[in-house]
Amino acid sequence: MSSEGTYYVPEQSKLPIFASLGLFLTVFGAANWLNGDDTGPTILFCGGLVFAFVLWQWFSAVISENIRGMNSAQLKKSYVWGMGWFIFSEVMFFAAFFGALFYVRAFALPWLSGEGAGAATNEILWNGFEASWPLMTTPDMAVNGDAAKVTGPEQSMSYGHVDSLWTWLPFWNTVILMTSSVTVHLAHNGLKDDNRKAFNFWLGLTVALGIIFLVLQVEEYIQAYTKMGLTLDTGIYGTTFFMLTGFHGAHVTLGTFMLLVMFLRSVRKGHFKHDDCFGFEAASWYWHFVDVVWVGLFIFVYILG
Amino acid sequence: MCIRVKRLFACLLVLLTGLSQSALADEIERWGVNMTQGVTPVSRDIYGLHMDIFWWCVGIGVVVFGVMFYTMIVHRKSQGAKASNFHESTTLEIIWTVVPFLILIVMAIPATNTLLKIYDTEDADMDIIITGYQWKWKYEYLGEDVSFFSNLSTSRDEIENRVPKGPNYLLEVDEPLIIPVKKKVRFLITAADVIHAWWVPELAVKKDAIPGYVNESWTYVDEPGIYRGQCAELCGKDHGFMPIVVKALPQPEYDAWLVAKREQAAALKALTEKTFTFDELYAQGEKVYGTVCVACHQSGGEGVPGVFPAIKASAIATGGMNGHLDMVVNGSSKNPAMQAYGPQLSEVDIASVVTYQRNAFGNNMGDSIQPIDVLKFKQGQ
Amino acid sequence: MAHGPAKGITRWLYTTNHKDIGTMYLWFSFAMFLLGGVFALVIRAELFEPGLQIVEPEFFNQMTTMHGLVMVFGAVMPAFVGLANWMVPMMIGAPDMALPRMNNWSFWILPFAFAMLASTLFMEGGAPNFGWTFYAPLSTTYAPPSVTFFIFAVHIMGASSIMGAINIIATILNMRAPGMTMMKMPLFVWTWLITAYLLIAVMPVLAGVVTMMLMDIHFGTSFFDAAGGGDPVLFQHVFWFFGHPEVYIMILPAFGVVSQIIPTFARKPLFGYASMVYATSSIAFLSFIVWAHHMFTVGMPVAGELFFMYATMLIAVPTGVKVFNWVTTMFKGSMTFETPMLFSIAFVILFTIGGFSGLMLAIAPADFQYHDTYFVVAHFHYVLVPGAIFSITAAVYYWLPKWCGNMYNEVMGKTHFWMAFIGLNLTFFPMHFVGLAGMPRRIPDYALQFADFNMYASVGAFLFGAAQILFLFNVIATIRGGRKATDEVWENPEGLEWTVPSPAPYHTFSTPPDVK
Ligand code: HEA
Ligand code: HEA
Ligand code: HEC
Ligand code: CUA
Ligand SMILES: [Cu+2]
Repeated sequence: MSSEGTYYVPEQSKLPIFASLGLFLTVFGAANWLNGDDTGPTILFCGGLVFAFVLWQWFSAVISENIRGMNSAQLKKSYVWGMGWFIFSEVMFFAAFFGALFYVRAFALPWLSGEGAGAATNEILWNGFEASWPLMTTPDMAVNGDAAKVTGPEQSMSYGHVDSLWTWLPFWNTVILMTSSVTVHLAHNGLKDDNRKAFNFWLGLTVALGIIFLVLQVEEYIQAYTKMGLTLDTGIYGTTFFMLTGFHGAHVTLGTFMLLVMFLRSVRKGHFKHDDCFGFEAASWYWHFVDVVWVGLFIFVYILG
Repeated sequence: MCIRVKRLFACLLVLLTGLSQSALADEIERWGVNMTQGVTPVSRDIYGLHMDIFWWCVGIGVVVFGVMFYTMIVHRKSQGAKASNFHESTTLEIIWTVVPFLILIVMAIPATNTLLKIYDTEDADMDIIITGYQWKWKYEYLGEDVSFFSNLSTSRDEIENRVPKGPNYLLEVDEPLIIPVKKKVRFLITAADVIHAWWVPELAVKKDAIPGYVNESWTYVDEPGIYRGQCAELCGKDHGFMPIVVKALPQPEYDAWLVAKREQAAALKALTEKTFTFDELYAQGEKVYGTVCVACHQSGGEGVPGVFPAIKASAIATGGMNGHLDMVVNGSSKNPAMQAYGPQLSEVDIASVVTYQRNAFGNNMGDSIQPIDVLKFKQGQ
Repeated sequence: MAHGPAKGITRWLYTTNHKDIGTMYLWFSFAMFLLGGVFALVIRAELFEPGLQIVEPEFFNQMTTMHGLVMVFGAVMPAFVGLANWMVPMMIGAPDMALPRMNNWSFWILPFAFAMLASTLFMEGGAPNFGWTFYAPLSTTYAPPSVTFFIFAVHIMGASSIMGAINIIATILNMRAPGMTMMKMPLFVWTWLITAYLLIAVMPVLAGVVTMMLMDIHFGTSFFDAAGGGDPVLFQHVFWFFGHPEVYIMILPAFGVVSQIIPTFARKPLFGYASMVYATSSIAFLSFIVWAHHMFTVGMPVAGELFFMYATMLIAVPTGVKVFNWVTTMFKGSMTFETPMLFSIAFVILFTIGGFSGLMLAIAPADFQYHDTYFVVAHFHYVLVPGAIFSITAAVYYWLPKWCGNMYNEVMGKTHFWMAFIGLNLTFFPMHFVGLAGMPRRIPDYALQFADFNMYASVGAFLFGAAQILFLFNVIATIRGGRKATDEVWENPEGLEWTVPSPAPYHTFSTPPDVK
């Protein structure tokens, strides 16, 4: 401890600068890769490795400091604020993409099809285009027919286009994710009673549900790409569909990983007590957040899609 | 230099006194320090709005800065001022919240009226489609079968300081937009590549040209004259070099121009059938290259490394004729900056510029192509 | 057993100390200010006379873009974070920032991000050339390859800003000394708290919009392509949803700084403390619902146009409250005019002028004539240069004696002020005129009637630049020696930072002070 006060101010640390280096190499490699440079993947891989290693060290350090009792109640509150506002920033990230979806559906497409201020737009540029959602016929197709460069999907993912709810994948995914929110809550309850067994059971179940969700989503994407002609470049429907569900999927992956780490910490190291479980709580908040985003997706992308 | 100093003082004077509006209005006009009043009802409304807000701000500024300077002069420690200790007054806070709010309402009312007027594009007498390209404008008279491109006509020599600059430096084009006076002209504005903005200050029309969407705007010009403007949205390298010139003519002259324009177009079409000599093609090609292609491929055909390829010793310009034609007529499939010039240029111009490119810059291919072959190439697709 | 700083370079590389990190932020931002300033000088040199003299149009656009990006993200934002790092813990009686390691991480991302951004200047096809607002499709389909690096640079500097903001919020909400209630916090702390909220709310949106660009460029999506059902204007909406709050991110901490300095040199408490807090909050709230005033000419429906016009005009009210409060703070004080005070007074006057032109821009029909002209350039330089930059400068002069224990040279400081003041007005005032007379922005060459004023502006820019060299010299001289400063430095200043010795010890308030 470098201060005599109650608040633990850590000593010098190598972690931040190496984390920056790792982050930099990762994005630098990614950019090179995207621009077709051969060194890209290697740099990306090395950067990712550095980054992952540093984060591992970082979290280990925080955990061991906590175990050694350096973290005062006040410091723990800092972590709580930190996680809370981090989740808020994630909310705003999704807001940008939801905003794009709403804008396209409420303004861009109606204008392109000649509504409101778009009369001249439709008449001069996109004659024959009609707005619909999911957008199967792009403006390009409406005007250029077979010569169109941006073509729409053959099938959409929305509820309006399926035969039965019971065979509809997104419905099951919703069920799974909602259930997992309950199980993670039950795990928390178990922990509050210091019931290790219940905690491990429910947490393990949550992780499993997360993995099942991801498997199903991969299956959904495979279907989309191979059977439905629905890809990233099938106009604005494919764009919004994959960007929203894709970023959500990435967050589920991260959330599952976080919960898995918490699970392993509990099972193998016996971490967490009823009054000392911030790591787990943070992961579970994150999980709830991911769940809420899914509800938004389910409504706006699948049901009203 | 002397005149510059004078101007500076004139401006300072305008600023400092800022009191007798009318007396200084002329001065302001002469030094080009203020917005133009323009030549349309809307432009005058906007000018009025602009001046109203300006004087409100000056007034508020005089009060605020007046108090500041008073206190800085009187309440200084070196003058023996003792600090008082007041630091709150709800009454004051309310006053200086409410008063600015009221001022804003006074400003908002005429602003709203003018805006509604600007947005009323109904009942136009005629429509013109304006399309922004990198870096030129296309004007299409709807229903009149007349359309043409308008390019910067200032020479490279002027821009690169080799010859003195003319009076309309950078604000001159090869073919201005012609409109009749005292008619409500509606502009339908769009773009073919990136976003541009069509702006003529004296008409007080500024509207973004957005690829894939059409924006509407209108004008009603009172007096015949030539009004100059520029592209007002960053659109790439030559954003600073795509001016707009509008020539407003009395109705009869406008009608005559329209007829002449149509005849000119027909004559141009007829030329497609004609056979040209190599030198004719080369000379015409040099002209076309100098107005259209030079922006990217540069006057020596050397291009801009990494951005625009060279024509000099280029594989395509020194390769097969069809490949070359294809690139010029259909544009590049890889890079949208190289547009499809087929719909933009006449057959004669395409034949000339291709001939020129194959023989200029030391390319020396020695071959040429006739307009009729260009037409065949186009039809053959 | 409070430690001092470690020896050697590792002190800086591995530090977790808020003062070290603050220092690094400040030096970094000054370096970026010089870099951005050099870009500005290239612009001004090219615009000295009509005709193309020094650079090609292609490179000119890169200069404009990099100048805007470097100044906004590299100079102003990090400078304010640096000030927050130094001052917030000291002002609220905290031992350090809430999350010290993350604090250092936030900083060290920046040099990498800006190295990557600057390296684009040497790439094939050149640096980003589409303006700091990078409107699609110029920045997507038509962009040089370096745009990919630009996108990732924005991503990681955004991550840095978000982490920095989280840290500041956690510090302010969680680390105040006993008795330091919210309504006792110095205004600098208040304005930073609100700024941090703005940052967390909008930086992710910026990340979102550059991600959309990335997808459009490399993965064939249609966000900004009408052919697939997208809309280039969508880009602008998302960008300005970030962009407008961003400009307040650059001014709210400045309001805070000035609200610290004016009372000290007027020797009178700040007038209307509570209303200052409410005004700042109102500005922050309004900043989320005015974004489309940057887009009056894109062809929005008239209802939208009106809404954004009215909302924007409203911002004048809370901002006016702040201006009037500062003036009333000075009123009947006992004023002296040390360098920080000079910069602060110039701030109030010149920022207000910039605010007036902002209000004129807010009038939608008039904006059809102002938009994308040098009138806009004049507006935002008046709020940014004598606004953000002057307040940062004032803050440095004000707190430098506390940081390093020595007084700066007052004569040099005043010389700096007058050079900067004259240079700046000479540079940016004529821009109002050429803008109104019709000169578009972002052009490397212009028509002849704009020549005179552009020449003045260019001369002013070099004068202003030279003044910064003097500043650099003064700061370095002060760090290395000079008259010792007292603990209070100024006459009876308010605030906890003046209760600790000068220079402030490496660790302050390890045990929280008692605030009455
Ligand atoms: C620190 C940065 C900062 C600040 C504080 C502001 C403050 C304001 N800005 Fe500015 N602005 C920018 C930075 C900033 N701006 C930038 C960078 C751009 C250009 C971006 C780009 O395109 O590259 C821009 C562009 C810009 C535009 C778009 C112009 C265009 O492109 O066409 C508009 C339009 O409404 C605008 C308005 C305003 C208003 C109304 C305020 C208000 O907050 C001002 C309020 C202050 C006052 C009004 C003065 C004090 C008040 C009183 C004394 C009270 C009484 C006064 C009255 C009742 C009048 N700004
Ligand atoms: C905080 C932000 C900030 C700051 C501080 C500045 C500072 C300056 N800006 Fe800024 N500017 C922007 C933000 C800022 N700008 C933005 C956002 C844009 C829009 C970009 C866009 O259109 O996309 C812009 C655009 C812009 C333009 C318009 C470009 C165009 O439209 O093409 C111009 C033109 O004159 C300009 C000039 C200047 C000058 C002269 C300074 C000066 O104050 C700079 C002073 C600093 C120095 C000069 C450096 C210090 C000195 C040295 C390094 C030593 C060497 C020098 C000497 C010895 C003399 N700026
Ligand atoms: C807005 C910029 C721009 C303008 C104007 C332009 N070009 Fe191009 N041109 C390009 C770009 C970019 C390419 C590269 C295309 C590619 O890589 O597929 C190109 C490629 C070419 C090529 C092939 C060169 C090679 O070997 O790769 C030819 C020939 C050509 N242009 C002819 C013309 C002619 C003729 C004109 C005028 C009528 C013209 N260009 C105007 C941007 C432009
Ligand atoms: Cu076209 Cu700018
Ligand atoms: Cu704004």
